[in-house]
Amino acid sequence: MIKAILVFNNHGKARLTKFYVHYPEDLQQQIVRETYHLVSKRDDNVCNFLEGGTLIGGADYKLIYRHYATLYFVFCVDSSESELGILDLIQVFVETLDKCFENVCELDLIFHVDKVHYILSELCMGGMVLETNMSEILTRVDEQNKLEKQEAGISTAPQRAVSTLKEMNIPQRIKDIKLPDLPSIGNLKF
Amino acid sequence: MALKKVKGTLERVLDKNLQDLVRGIRNHKDTEAKYIAECIDEIKQELRQDNMSVKANAVCKLMFMQMLGYDISWAAFNIIEVMSSTKFTFKRMGYLAASQSFSDATDVLMLTTNMIRKDLGSQNIYDAGVALDGLSCFITGDLARDLANDIVTLMSSTKPYLRKKAVLIMYMVFLKYPEALRPAFPRLKEKLEDPDPGVQAAAVNVICELARKNPKNYLSLAPLFFKLMTSSTNNWVLIKIIKLFGALTPLEPRLGKKLIEPLTNLIHSTSAMSLLYECINTVIAGIPNHSASIQLCVQKLRILIEDSDQNLKYLGLLAMSKILKTHPKSVQAHKDLVLQCLDDKDESIRLRALDLLCGMVSKKNLMEIVKKLMVHMDKAEGSHYRDELLAKIIEICSQSNYHFITNFEWYVSILVELTRMEGTRHGKMIASQMLDVAVRVQAIRHFAVAQMAVLLENAHALTDNAQRNGICEVLHAAVWICGEFSEHLSDPQNTLESMLRAKVTQLPGHIQSIYVHNAIKLYARILITAEAQDDLQTVTETTELLLEKLPMFVQSADLEVQERACCLLQLIKYVNKAIEKGAKVADEVSMLFAGELNPVAPKAQKKVPVPEGLDLDAWINEPLPEDDEPEEFVAKTSIFHTMGDVRTATYDNEVKTHAPSEAELQKMRQQREFEHMNNPNYLKGSARPKGSHHEDQNNISDVPISQIDLSVPLHVPGMSMSDKYLQLQRQQEAERRRRKEKKSRKKKGKKKKGDTSSESEDDPAAAISVNTEYDVPEGANLSDDDDFKGSKDDPHRLLNINLDEPLRDEEVLPVHTYQTLPSPLGVKAPPELATAAAAPEKKHRKEREKKHRKDKKERKHEKKSKKGHHHSKDEDSPSLLIATADGTDQPATPDDLPATDMNHIADKTDDMDFWLSASAQDVNSASSAAGELSPPAVATPTAPRTPEKHADVDREEEEPSRRKSKKEKREKKEKKSKKKKKSDYIEADGITTPSKEPATPATYKMPSMSSYKLLAEDTSLKMTYETRVSLEQSNQVIVSIIFSNLTSSHLKDLNVNVLDSLNSKLVRNSGDDGVKVPFILLPNAENEGQFAFTVSSINMPQKLKGTLMYIVKNEDGATQEKIDFKLSLPCTSYLVGVPCDGDAFTKLLGSGDLAHKSSMQATVSETDIAPILAKVCFLAHFCVVEQIGNTASLYSRSIQSHHLCLLVKLQPNTLNFDGKSNDESLLSNVLDDIRGLLTT
Repeated sequence: MIKAILVFNNHGKARLTKFYVHYPEDLQQQIVRETYHLVSKRDDNVCNFLEGGTLIGGADYKLIYRHYATLYFVFCVDSSESELGILDLIQVFVETLDKCFENVCELDLIFHVDKVHYILSELCMGGMVLETNMSEILTRVDEQNKLEKQEAGISTAPQRAVSTLKEMNIPQRIKDIKLPDLPSIGNLKF
Repeated sequence: MALKKVKGTLERVLDKNLQDLVRGIRNHKDTEAKYIAECIDEIKQELRQDNMSVKANAVCKLMFMQMLGYDISWAAFNIIEVMSSTKFTFKRMGYLAASQSFSDATDVLMLTTNMIRKDLGSQNIYDAGVALDGLSCFITGDLARDLANDIVTLMSSTKPYLRKKAVLIMYMVFLKYPEALRPAFPRLKEKLEDPDPGVQAAAVNVICELARKNPKNYLSLAPLFFKLMTSSTNNWVLIKIIKLFGALTPLEPRLGKKLIEPLTNLIHSTSAMSLLYECINTVIAGIPNHSASIQLCVQKLRILIEDSDQNLKYLGLLAMSKILKTHPKSVQAHKDLVLQCLDDKDESIRLRALDLLCGMVSKKNLMEIVKKLMVHMDKAEGSHYRDELLAKIIEICSQSNYHFITNFEWYVSILVELTRMEGTRHGKMIASQMLDVAVRVQAIRHFAVAQMAVLLENAHALTDNAQRNGICEVLHAAVWICGEFSEHLSDPQNTLESMLRAKVTQLPGHIQSIYVHNAIKLYARILITAEAQDDLQTVTETTELLLEKLPMFVQSADLEVQERACCLLQLIKYVNKAIEKGAKVADEVSMLFAGELNPVAPKAQKKVPVPEGLDLDAWINEPLPEDDEPEEFVAKTSIFHTMGDVRTATYDNEVKTHAPSEAELQKMRQQREFEHMNNPNYLKGSARPKGSHHEDQNNISDVPISQIDLSVPLHVPGMSMSDKYLQLQRQQEAERRRRKEKKSRKKKGKKKKGDTSSESEDDPAAAISVNTEYDVPEGANLSDDDDFKGSKDDPHRLLNINLDEPLRDEEVLPVHTYQTLPSPLGVKAPPELATAAAAPEKKHRKEREKKHRKDKKERKHEKKSKKGHHHSKDEDSPSLLIATADGTDQPATPDDLPATDMNHIADKTDDMDFWLSASAQDVNSASSAAGELSPPAVATPTAPRTPEKHADVDREEEEPSRRKSKKEKREKKEKKSKKKKKSDYIEADGITTPSKEPATPATYKMPSMSSYKLLAEDTSLKMTYETRVSLEQSNQVIVSIIFSNLTSSHLKDLNVNVLDSLNSKLVRNSGDDGVKVPFILLPNAENEGQFAFTVSSINMPQKLKGTLMYIVKNEDGATQEKIDFKLSLPCTSYLVGVPCDGDAFTKLLGSGDLAHKSSMQATVSETDIAPILAKVCFLAHFCVVEQIGNTASLYSRSIQSHHLCLLVKLQPNTLNFDGKSNDESLLSNVLDDIRGLLTT
């Protein structure tokens, strides 16, 4: 079981939190903080597994994370998940985001957290891995986007126009998340 | 207000959307709280709007705020409103917000049942998908129960996307509603062989999660999983299956043997590290006795550890530590590698390596390893890692009762050295080790005391730094050791002085109190020696010292210190008076502390048996009639109880012989003496013979302690260094080797080389005795039988359900036959109302839980009591053969089916045995055969095995019948409670009050009835069907068809087509010519497919002609077959039994809406109305409103909201039906149908 999926940036600001076990909001924040403290002090060249979040899980749970540019993707899982498998899953998740947002960067996650949730829900459901095949995930996401566009139709045109205007205020949109090739897990077939 | 109304849709454009909110928050970094408060006000405004898109936008913003940590539970109702939107975009938003913020405590969740059901049944797969996704996060026990059936239906949807999600969510349903597991399991099992890999993976996932917690219930699936493992190429699936086998193999050793080959093949062949790693893990867990494969694993792990990838290194070490438990030898060979890992820059890896080291120590290498760790500790930067190292050192040394320590002086020195570590928080741990060693290893006391005295003298080094606070705990141990074993002190006066320094008052209270107490022990010691030498000066000096210094403790803020200091100060004053009179007091004072202390077993207190005649619950004094502080009173008595308890248990009569009038001092002393003398658990003074340890005595005397102590200039002079022991050991070893070489040369090499490893022989100091006695009350043993495994609240305990038993008739998922609350769609109930409605429900839930727990308890009890009886039960079972078949039959589909013929019933247990005992060569053939559970596999056992197998069968035959009788009772109980639950629930909904009814069909035990009717049959296929409708869909009927394969070949490409009538049409995918059945029928298997029909008018019965095309595939090839069928949809199939209470019923009848009347008579032979009502209710979907004697009124509603009211009167041989409805033809057709039902 995956207990929680957290995405936060280098400063510990949460960009996505998905808890598959209910925690009250304040505890969720504590968990994010604690996880950030555990994860952020680790070098990039150390292993991606980590035991010992006291708030979430306990002995049976592990934190498995990846660090991409400004963002940490952390999965809190129990022993029924394969560690390397989850690392792959994170990679799949990030690659999917990259495809959906066309060169994903932190700003995409900041401004479209709802969309990120929708994408995530095609990967994991209720704490279990739902789909790992990226093309399947992308088809599903696209189909739903189509559905959304159909429904929106012309009525939201003015809204979209306004939001495009607003978008222009955003200072440089930095596209800096790199997706390094990961030799060790790259050879897992899907 | 007016302004708001004016504000048109166009202006809504200027509402903040999520992006604006995010931007706003980023622009208001300093005043974020204020900005968010403003935004929340705006959101509240927006939520009041009727426009759904505005609401959805508001909910979207709320979802973002939730992520930032703001509680949004107040908006739960609005979220549900958005969820109920018909637009997918909004619905998705609503479900997302719900999944993020809803919990069990969200009251309004109970409003969602019908809405979610509707979404699940939606034509748009993404509506259903989104609903499933949301549900997986906020599912409650009630939702799980009410929706289980709908989700199970989705599991056989034609869309793989929905099947996948439905399968996955079943795990959540099981967790919340364990009763669903058995009825839904057969379908889940089917999905393991689903043609879609995603669905298959999901099914594997769910079963693995289930099996991880209760593996033994899933053993029977092993052949199926084995087949999947050998055939699947999906690494995700493989990993899960292999993990599952890791849980199963410890339960079934033969399975392990079977797995060796495929696993080692995978280990050799796979390129995916994740898979390799899981294979290794399973080998370690499952077949630890197969040393060849373990060796292979160790080799592969070494490669992983040597890899540059830190992740692999980490995992390699992790797996290595698992091997260590079973094969320490093979891991020890890689000590070099592990020690290397200690230098790794990655802390996680270092910690893992430490764990490994811990298991690798032996008597020989302990000193060396600890030395290495000490070096690492000096180098370590992070205090966390240093602490971890410290703890590990202590763990390594103290494990299995100091088994590996050959030289305790070395260990004490190590402990002393550890106290110099900066900023450690393990002071307590070091202290307890010091105490433990000093108390339990008598031989070391002298040395330990000397070290502790030095430590005390230099206590300032430990207390100086505020950062070192943790370490001052050590002083606690040092003082205690110096006090308790003061006879070993070389200069007690000096030590006493260092104990009474002013600095001591800065220590924490609990340490100070130990200081005070042990100062007196030392004082007693000094008195003894001084008096022996008639050294009056020392006596007075010491007394003076104490009288001078103790008052500083009297002023302590800590109560314990103060109390002890006061008490002892008075004591000293008293003694002082005696001394002044010239009396000899040393003996009396030292009597206070006579006797030796032993360690107390950790559970000693708990183990004290309650003596006979002592009733712990009885009042000692009757409680006062008016008790002002009842709680305090209770607390007091309970303390008194336990104390009395301990005393009576251990000292028995001695307590009584004491006269209470004795002087305080005298009493204390004597009591202590008595305890010491009479308690067998105390060691008597010199009871321990030391004669047998010549060797180590010699060894210790060899060590020139004092010289080295003084010669090495340390930070703290006088403390010993552990290093010298290491050197010493090396020297000794070298010496021994030399000697041995000489010896062996003398013996001309008779001794084998391997003998050098037998350590006990070589180690001269190996025999130091560690006192392992514990103080335990008599009659108690130290076994850990009172450790409860797992908490009682663990939901997985409830999921420990036997899945191999056949399903019982009543074991079906609750089908939605009543309307719960109207869905919030457009109703707009105020939240207060919703909470009010939720309150009884909550209470009711609690009740149910209680009931459930009680049930469980009873069940357990029953099991116990039944053990003695099952033999007699065996005789009751009608036929042994049938019992066997029942007990081991494959679970059937959820609904009761026509009995399958005996050939088909394969003895599962037997099958499993066969599968497992099959030799390695025929692995593949046997596994594939067994996987499909086809009879031929059972029929061809190899000849020599037969007798043994028969024996097996006999045994198995007995088993299930026993199990069965046990189960039967439980079933009854479950059934009862389930039924009760159902009626409770209806009441809680506030729609009906069925409790007034004398006999509802639910409480009448129905004869086994099936609503499945035969549709068509030929030699290879049989179809039975039933119809299902729901009130939400006024023009849809679901026809659920069970296809049973009667042949031993595969049936595939099933395609159902129906000739549509004007009124009823089969729902097809556009362009398709019929509906494809989404599964392949395995030999002798059955499966259920569902087909939706749209109907426009429902007041006429429909008969539809249709055909089923399918392909029979066997060895000879494939042939296409065709069956024609006639699907009849009587009017009763459009009815939904909605409960209705008497008042509403009379109102309805009196309202004049039901203008049409009709009557009908039928001749029946029954004399009791109950079975008739049951039949009508079950098959024609009616609900009993009221029943008086042989008259009853029934109610039902059609999916197009026609009301149907019936009055049934049973007269001898005739049954009169009078019906009223608002549709004439519907009424008369329904009555005809009922007549048909009753007469056939």
